[in-house]
Amino acid sequence: MSFSYLSTIVFLPVIGAIIIAFVPGLRDRAIKSIAVIFTAVPLALAIFLFVAFDRSLVAAGTFQFEEKVAWIPGINAFYHLGVDGISLPMVVLTALLGFLAVPISWKIHERPREYFAWLLLLETSILGVFTSLDLLLFFLFWEVEIIPMYFLISIWGTGRREYSAIKYVVYTLFGSALMLAGILSLYFTTGSLSITDIAVTGLGEYTAVIPVAAIFFLLLAGFAVKLPVFPVHTWLPDAHTDAPTAVSVMLAGTLIKMGGYGMIRLNVTLFPDVAQQYAPILVILAVISVLYGAAVTLRQTDLKRLIAYSSISHMGYVLLGIFALTPISLTGATLQMFSHGVVTGLLFAMAGLVMHNAHERNLAKLGGLARQMPVIAVVFSVAALGSLGLPSTSGFAAEFLVFVGSYASTLVAGIQVYTILAVLGVVLAAGYILWMLQRVFYGPVLDQFNGSPDADGLEKAYIFTLVAVIMLVGIYPAILTDVIKIGVSPIAGLLVTPG
Amino acid sequence: MSEAAAWLVLFLPLASFLIISLVIRPFFNRYSQWAGYLTILAIGGALVLSLMALKATTGHEGPIGWDPHSWITVGSFNLRLGIYMNSLTAIMLVVVSGVSLMVQVYSQGYMKGDPGYARYFAFMSLFTASMLGLVLASNVVMLYAFWELVGLCSYLLIGFWYHRPAAAAAAKKAFIVTRLGDFGFLLAILYLFFHQGAIAGQGLNSLEIPDIYRAVQTGLLGTAVLTWLGLGIFAGAVGKSAQFPLHVWLPDAMEGPTPVSALIHAATMVAAGVFLVARFFPIFEAAPATLRLVAVIGGATAVFAATMGMVMNDIKRVVAYSTISQLGYMMLGLGVAGLAVAREGHVTAEVARAAVAIGIFHLFNHAFFKALLFLGSGSVNHATGTVDMRLMGGLRKVMPWTYITFVIAGLSLAGVWPLAGFWSKDEILAVALKEQPVLFALALLTVFMTAFYIFRVVFLTFCGEYRGGAPGEHGHDAHAHGKPHESPPVMVVPMVILSVLAVISGFWNVNGAFSVFMGEGQTKGFFEGFFGILAHPLPWIAMIVAGLGIFLAYLMYGSKRISAERMGERFKPIYTLFYRKYYFDELYENLFVRRSLVNGLFAGFQKFDTNVVDGAVNGLANVTVATGKGVRRWQTGQLQLYGLFMGIGIVVIVLVLLFAG
Repeated sequence: MSFSYLSTIVFLPVIGAIIIAFVPGLRDRAIKSIAVIFTAVPLALAIFLFVAFDRSLVAAGTFQFEEKVAWIPGINAFYHLGVDGISLPMVVLTALLGFLAVPISWKIHERPREYFAWLLLLETSILGVFTSLDLLLFFLFWEVEIIPMYFLISIWGTGRREYSAIKYVVYTLFGSALMLAGILSLYFTTGSLSITDIAVTGLGEYTAVIPVAAIFFLLLAGFAVKLPVFPVHTWLPDAHTDAPTAVSVMLAGTLIKMGGYGMIRLNVTLFPDVAQQYAPILVILAVISVLYGAAVTLRQTDLKRLIAYSSISHMGYVLLGIFALTPISLTGATLQMFSHGVVTGLLFAMAGLVMHNAHERNLAKLGGLARQMPVIAVVFSVAALGSLGLPSTSGFAAEFLVFVGSYASTLVAGIQVYTILAVLGVVLAAGYILWMLQRVFYGPVLDQFNGSPDADGLEKAYIFTLVAVIMLVGIYPAILTDVIKIGVSPIAGLLVTPG
Repeated sequence: MSEAAAWLVLFLPLASFLIISLVIRPFFNRYSQWAGYLTILAIGGALVLSLMALKATTGHEGPIGWDPHSWITVGSFNLRLGIYMNSLTAIMLVVVSGVSLMVQVYSQGYMKGDPGYARYFAFMSLFTASMLGLVLASNVVMLYAFWELVGLCSYLLIGFWYHRPAAAAAAKKAFIVTRLGDFGFLLAILYLFFHQGAIAGQGLNSLEIPDIYRAVQTGLLGTAVLTWLGLGIFAGAVGKSAQFPLHVWLPDAMEGPTPVSALIHAATMVAAGVFLVARFFPIFEAAPATLRLVAVIGGATAVFAATMGMVMNDIKRVVAYSTISQLGYMMLGLGVAGLAVAREGHVTAEVARAAVAIGIFHLFNHAFFKALLFLGSGSVNHATGTVDMRLMGGLRKVMPWTYITFVIAGLSLAGVWPLAGFWSKDEILAVALKEQPVLFALALLTVFMTAFYIFRVVFLTFCGEYRGGAPGEHGHDAHAHGKPHESPPVMVVPMVILSVLAVISGFWNVNGAFSVFMGEGQTKGFFEGFFGILAHPLPWIAMIVAGLGIFLAYLMYGSKRISAERMGERFKPIYTLFYRKYYFDELYENLFVRRSLVNGLFAGFQKFDTNVVDGAVNGLANVTVATGKGVRRWQTGQLQLYGLFMGIGIVVIVLVLLFAG
């Protein structure tokens, strides 16, 4: 038996969390060092897997680095991990942001033991979702994430943190209750919890306990809340805004990707016919999310809240790409999830730096910071340009693939019109992004920010890392798309052109 | 010329950008003058290579074919990067790298002592690289990527003095307004890819420019398709080239340093829209409705912008409106020339290219004299510390070089024989006269106004008595220290070189050589062309009209025989209309920002989001809590009550089973 790469990646952070939580007498610095080690190794291994991943067409439709052990034989549950071209980029993204979340949290000195333990547990649960191939295991990881998130927001957050944390929990539980019902229906229909097995056989030969479309929507409910999709998005601005910086990074960067990932992995792969049937509705919801999200973003006056609302708009592109149901649009949607992860992760990290160094987050009161914080200004601008989809950043590659893929789709009626409307979101994005930059960095230099420090050495290290990733993917997107398309190609085979 | 050399045209300035921004700026900012030297060196190299490209394409049938390189493949989407090198490419390369080199040399003096010196040259290098990349691209996606990057550089350089609120606002406005046009361009690309299936059978890739040409010529794409494509592409061109109705960003863009205006907002980036139409001319040619639109928008913009140029007091804004107007002229040239060709029936690639030559020839000449006009304005601004012409005057004596070069550029712009502007303007007038008399009338009216406004500038700025300047009034752009003086040689020399070009660049087509270079036509004797043209009536008409414009400017601002103030009073409504820019800024401001969208609809969305969407969620939560409180009251601990509820429950279940089962 070969080395269990995926288990190591998934569980190292939680082992670190246990050490931090239960070894007595650890000081602040020791806790942070442990956190670095137990997130750095998973990142290194994830990069190794990314390099070692078989990109040949033969590998299409298979999972790599699989681990499968019987878990609860009575209900046919397995401990089953594996990655394909869709999940591997998500694993790399989570390991990367999970690692960077530690230096981003370097200035947290309040109850560090609990903070870092929860942070590491959070990483494990997200990694678990992206690697699980068993529905029960998937659900378990999905639910575990709520606990650390609740504490991280309610204890180390800002503003109405209690309200936001509770809102997050209730919203997520509401979604996952429906999802659990979906998973149970799927289990009682097929007698299997294996995502791969159900995908291979399809649902056609079973008699479903409830209509198949109902199962589809039960599952979708959980994912739609997480992505989020209009109109179940209002938890996001509150949670993102009130969470501490590193948690906002994890939340926007990786956690909401679980929604898009779940839609591809379960909704589209297991229910290709239903997905096709209801795609027009979902595509309309995507367009609403894009335009409505962008419109509301234009009205925000709080730095973090603006970035949070922009996520709703950008996740609309993911939904559009998924339910346009072409290989190109699905590849674009997955790339958009990765891109949004690094771009918005960096935006939240930069917003955190601005807020921490200038002690101000109200866009009406900020201004002229380019003089006092030149490095922050440059990096913030790069992230912002990534967010408005400027060529040479990952944002352009991802959005462009979503657009070409969706526009050329023949599976969804009326998709051309919807795509054109979604492209309008790009113009609105230029509006809110440039307005934000103008408000924060341009204009007369303000005296009250004299003496506000620029990024220090450690901060430069992690923000430059993210800039490098954004540019790398933007200039040479094939580095990711060559992997993603291997994962997408079997899905394309499930979808048939009508007529 | 090898392919590597062609790529080097792009990579030299790109390398300069990377070295300045990653090495010089962070680590050696004390030696920031190296940023300037490096930029000049890199762009000089690019110019040499561009001239080699020009030589290589001269007499070369069709494009020099280099196979593109695979970049990203997903399903049927196959993006390959490559260089499309033909005469149009080569001529644009020379214009871009040539003007850029002059501007960079000039900037050594203009930007001296600015704290953002290294940043300035980094952005300038990046701009030059992106602009060259845009020209070289063989793939429409690649072209679009560079198209957006030049827009970024424009944004960064307009907002270069970021502490000035006006500069910050202008930068943002420029980006957003051009992006509105780019929306159309992007849709055109999506639409092209949508038709991939229709042409894949022929082994063509709908995103590659040579393949698009072939698909158009073999009739694989219908007229309706081509019309939509043409409209989308033209939308992008309208944004970038500041054509009506997206012209509003360019005058504001003058908030950037003046050399930036010379390079980006006069000679190159704004001309990219004209280039784009020329690059995709076969599409326009095959869909004559789009050509008509190009001609009409161009002609209308030419007049429209010129009217505003006549009344502005800011020297840079006059020249900016002049640029919009002249870009309209180029569009008009492309449109009417294309229509003339289309009318003749059988459209071949060669004929189409000859039509392109008419528009591009004006672009070529315009680049030099307009860059020179901006550099002259910058020189004046450098000396007086203001851009307001009401505070200038009499600079002829103290700034002789600036004066002479400015007048040459002005005469060239006005289209006076035998300067450069005359030759290209005459071609456009001639083809407009042949094709569409109304557009010809507009073009002739523009000639009059052009001559008037540019000599208004000459008389206001250089003649009469010095009216004092405005020390330090204009923030950083001001270098005023006491008396106005001639600019240093590092600024004067590029102006002199450009003034030579503003005289002779038009000679290229005196014997038809430019048209031959671009694809079709025959050469004649140089002297036959040089003097023979004066045997025709049209050049005389145009020059008399221009002369009238200059004369009127003289009467009003030179000899002051006609009082400009009185004229302004008499035609007050019209004057105000021009001066307030036809209220377009107010219109857009109200339409998009104040009333309808951002403060109207979007504010409504925001309220809706808080009160309705989120309100429903919170309401649901409140109902749940309230219900919970209510239900809790029922849990009294009395078994009888529980028994009652159980009984009711069982009855309900039985009833349901009876009726449903």
